[in-house]
Amino acid sequence: MSIHPILSALRRHKTGTILIALQIALTLAIVCNALFIIRTQFEKMGRPTGLDEHNLLMVATTQSGIDSSTDAGKATLDASIRADLTALRQLPDVIDAYEARSLPLSGGLWGLGLRLMPSGAYGSHTTYFHADEHTLATLGLRLVAGRNFRSDEIGEDDDFGVLQPAVIIVSQHLADSLFPRGDALGKQIYFTSATKPSTIVGIVERMQTSSTYSGTDSRTWNTTLVPLRLVTPSRHYVVRTRPGRVAAAMQSVPVALYAQDPQRVIPDGSGGDDAGVRSFAQIRAKAYQGDRTLAMLMGVISIILLAVTAAGIAGLSSFWVGQRRRQIGVRRALGATSRDIARYFLIENALISTAGVVVGIVLAYEFNNWLMGKFELTRLSPAYVMVGVVLLFLLSQCAALAPALRAARIAPVEAIRSS
Amino acid sequence: MFKYYMQLGLRSLRRNPMLTALMVMAIGFGVASSMTMYTVFRAMSGDPIPWKSDKLFFPQIDAWGPNPRQNGNEPADAMTYVDAVSLMRDHRAHLQSALYPIAPTVHSDDPTQKSRTAPGQAVYSEFFPMLDVPFLYGGGWTGADDEQHARVAVISKNLNQRLFGGTNSVGQSIQLDSRSYRVSGVLDDWHPQPKFYDLATTDAFGPADQVFLPFTTATDAQLATKSGFLCINLPGPGYAAVLNSSCVWIGYMVELDTSSQVSAYHTYLEGYAHEQQASGRFGWAPNNRLRDLPAWLDFGQVVPAQTKISFVVALCLLLVCMVNTVGLLLAKFLRRSGEIGVRRALGASRLAIAAQFGVEAGMIGVTGGLLGLMLTWLGIQVMHGSLPRQIAALAHINLLLLWQTLLLAIVATVLAALYPIWRATYVRPSLQLKED
Repeated sequence: MSIHPILSALRRHKTGTILIALQIALTLAIVCNALFIIRTQFEKMGRPTGLDEHNLLMVATTQSGIDSSTDAGKATLDASIRADLTALRQLPDVIDAYEARSLPLSGGLWGLGLRLMPSGAYGSHTTYFHADEHTLATLGLRLVAGRNFRSDEIGEDDDFGVLQPAVIIVSQHLADSLFPRGDALGKQIYFTSATKPSTIVGIVERMQTSSTYSGTDSRTWNTTLVPLRLVTPSRHYVVRTRPGRVAAAMQSVPVALYAQDPQRVIPDGSGGDDAGVRSFAQIRAKAYQGDRTLAMLMGVISIILLAVTAAGIAGLSSFWVGQRRRQIGVRRALGATSRDIARYFLIENALISTAGVVVGIVLAYEFNNWLMGKFELTRLSPAYVMVGVVLLFLLSQCAALAPALRAARIAPVEAIRSS
Repeated sequence: MFKYYMQLGLRSLRRNPMLTALMVMAIGFGVASSMTMYTVFRAMSGDPIPWKSDKLFFPQIDAWGPNPRQNGNEPADAMTYVDAVSLMRDHRAHLQSALYPIAPTVHSDDPTQKSRTAPGQAVYSEFFPMLDVPFLYGGGWTGADDEQHARVAVISKNLNQRLFGGTNSVGQSIQLDSRSYRVSGVLDDWHPQPKFYDLATTDAFGPADQVFLPFTTATDAQLATKSGFLCINLPGPGYAAVLNSSCVWIGYMVELDTSSQVSAYHTYLEGYAHEQQASGRFGWAPNNRLRDLPAWLDFGQVVPAQTKISFVVALCLLLVCMVNTVGLLLAKFLRRSGEIGVRRALGASRLAIAAQFGVEAGMIGVTGGLLGLMLTWLGIQVMHGSLPRQIAALAHINLLLLWQTLLLAIVATVLAALYPIWRATYVRPSLQLKED
């Protein structure tokens, strides 16, 4: 069938044609960007932290009445931390525990500059986590080279002053970025303001930083374990429980800690920021809450958008069918089969969709550009535009199908029936 | 006439229920998604102190110079202790306060009550009058208390309820960490969100502060900041080294009532930075900022990009729904060309035709608005489950939102109807009568 008569018919319905094409174009532009955003969020949320996240929990506690600026106060604090950890490790639900300030995804980022010489510019940077000889086992980090810390290497940190531990364990990502030839083990680096070097004694496969807002790969994956125990009144314990015993441990851990010191503070909120005891699943859910919400909203909006567009196309198409009953009757009377009539409307729809999709591709990239300028999104990949194009084209054809079939059922007698 | 048009409209809408339903749903969904996102957006971008936001300013002094952590040429959003204390000493604004967040442990005399950590701020006495902080009992402390590093405290209504059963506790003492403080005032309900005075270092939507101590007293007690502490060079060991370091961790705000005060303060900051440069402390030219509260909230990116993206995309959805409605209304109106022709031939003016179809569009708008209201309510319920609790509490439905939703639906529909109505009024009566 020639498309010439279809085109000349469309010329008589300019406004309707333009409106449908415009709607398809706008829908395409929004939906492929929305799908792209959803994909980006899921990629972000799906990144493994490097931890064995099951059966992990973190508890916050504050002790008061101890002056941590004096040596006697520090000794008291240190003794109480050791006693707490011993008590925790003896719990039936607990496999291992250590003291930490933050974990991957837990929020609160402590970072340091890095350089290979004691002076000069800092070439790199890292998030650092406090650790002791129990850390690797508690977190389930995979050591790919070197060794764990020894208990005699663990020092104290009172949160003041320069960090310059003799030994450190770094993530593979940091090791590779500092020493691209893969010989990081045994090498020395200097942290911010440090005069003494720190030697890399171990490399873990993967460990994510504590914040999810770290945009670049190096901010996200450059991490270091320092063999220091934080001796301050406010602290966290990280606990690995026996398989499936997280919920039970979330009850028994605070009880055990209160037994050590009834005057201590463990915030009793649950789930939110103010919760004293959080499972790693809760930490993860909280860290990605905004991303999950964004993905959900984009999904809901896309579905509404596609439904509205499909309904709009179906509505206008059936209006056109109704408007042309007599012409359809004439064509049928002149020998057109009902298949010809249906095909006519579907081809008409395809022509409009094609125009809409072409404009939509341009709009999609324009919208993406605008989003990139405002919100640090990445470039829309052509695959999403292709998916969007196919999706909208099919949607548009499906929406036009019912009106087209109805048109096909119009009897030749309509030609002589007065409206 | 209006009533007649209503009847006509109703009959027309009933004649084609599918098309009518499509339009109502398009408007309803479009309006609901926009209003849901607008509610969240408004909750996060609200002015926390509207009567004074153009008088509150947040000075920034570049204490680091050019460095790799810098965001463009922007100085850090917090101050060093040295600069904050110097600015307080110079006291060039009408009211001003340095501040930093603290989290002391509150002990109760009642042995059955557990000790708890209370979020709070270390501030100067002028903080309270500057922010028009409401008091239930007593008031803030005096400037003399600041100078004498007095052991005084202002506590929240909530904490007063817990410690003193809600009675007037002014003059009583409370135990924070291992020190005791005299209560000088109890706040009435006060929880501005975003927590604009503490943006430099913490969450904009954190919990309400419960304890306020004099800044000078807090640093005496060596209370650490409970949040951001940023350094390009690390200080030596001990608290004194922290105070003297170039690390930034102090927030600072001033009240400047007139534009001449603002420019005078600008000049003062410039002079201060020059002095620091001359003395050798800063190795770079002065690089200061003096943002007012709206600019400060914007700079602090209080509204996350995710919320903004969602709002923009929801508005785009409304746009598509409107385009959709234009098409459907056009179809609907032009299908009745015959009827229009008859009415025109019988003497109806173009204006009368426009009024008739305007009323019909308005009816779709109102119905779409009602559907939109229900869907907005549903949308906000869903959002409550997926927003942080503090923000969810702000994103609530009120009467204003109801009116805004209805109004948006009607305006959107009427806007969408303009072109179809215009086309309807230009239907030529002769042509229609002839054809039929």
